[in-house]
Amino acid sequence: MASLNDYLLVSGLLFATGLAGVVLRRNIIIVFMCLELMLSAANLTLVAFSRFHPAANGLPDYNGQMLVFFVITVAAAEVAVGLAIIVALYRARQTIHTDELTSLKG
Amino acid sequence: MPSYLFWLFSTVMLIGGAAVIAFRNPVASALSVVTCFVGLAGLFIGLSAFFVGVIQILVYTGAVMVLFLFIIMLLDLKDEEKRAKSLAPVAAGLGLVVAFFVQLIGILSRSPNLTAPALDNPVLAAAAAGFPQNSKIAISLNQGKLPDVHLIGHTLFTQYNLPLQILGVLLLVATIGVVVLSKRQAD
Repeated sequence: MASLNDYLLVSGLLFATGLAGVVLRRNIIIVFMCLELMLSAANLTLVAFSRFHPAANGLPDYNGQMLVFFVITVAAAEVAVGLAIIVALYRARQTIHTDELTSLKG
Repeated sequence: MPSYLFWLFSTVMLIGGAAVIAFRNPVASALSVVTCFVGLAGLFIGLSAFFVGVIQILVYTGAVMVLFLFIIMLLDLKDEEKRAKSLAPVAAGLGLVVAFFVQLIGILSRSPNLTAPALDNPVLAAAAAGFPQNSKIAISLNQGKLPDVHLIGHTLFTQYNLPLQILGVLLLVATIGVVVLSKRQAD
């Protein structure tokens, strides 16, 4: 049986992978996918805690899984809006390379 | 979940995650995210969170990643693979990961290591006493099954009714926002 720390280690590694992707990739779509990886890593932590810290009646703590449900739904809405923004950006600038988007630079 | 399944799904998930940032081609990256999420769904199901695991497959790999692929193919991104990679972001990314990993090991070595509490027939039957006598949840629990979807529905519509409705409004706002954003602006 895998223990709680195994799950936390794996989800931490997934989060670190997503964080590295956000820092070192320059394609804004890949950056966006890496954000999804980080959200999923948080979800794995929540589900692991819900299983390893049962509620008073001995079943998994479903409050944690409710938060996962809400995170997944909000992430789906976020993806829809974010991709629409990326498409609008591409129409305006013909690029989605973050190094070339420097309008706000002083 | 047996230990070897845990490590199998974790390996699939982590290799998929690493492949996302390693591939130069955005389509390959998107498919790596799908691989990663399939491994993650396996881990969810191993944690007895069947509903979350199925939602992960249906919503993330089924809808969200297809939307990503659709957008990648809509935008023509052929010049992406020709770019030279600069060293500074790679060093910064790897440095962040190493720092994060060291901190994680430090915390995990000090935190108490729990093993999964039992979810066998006596535990489930004891939990059935908290639900009405002939409800579907109580019947399933008495048969030694975990009625995951029923329990989630029960929690969602009793304790989390208001957040659920707010979430509905959020989805509506997102839909309207996407329609407004994707309308071609008048020149």
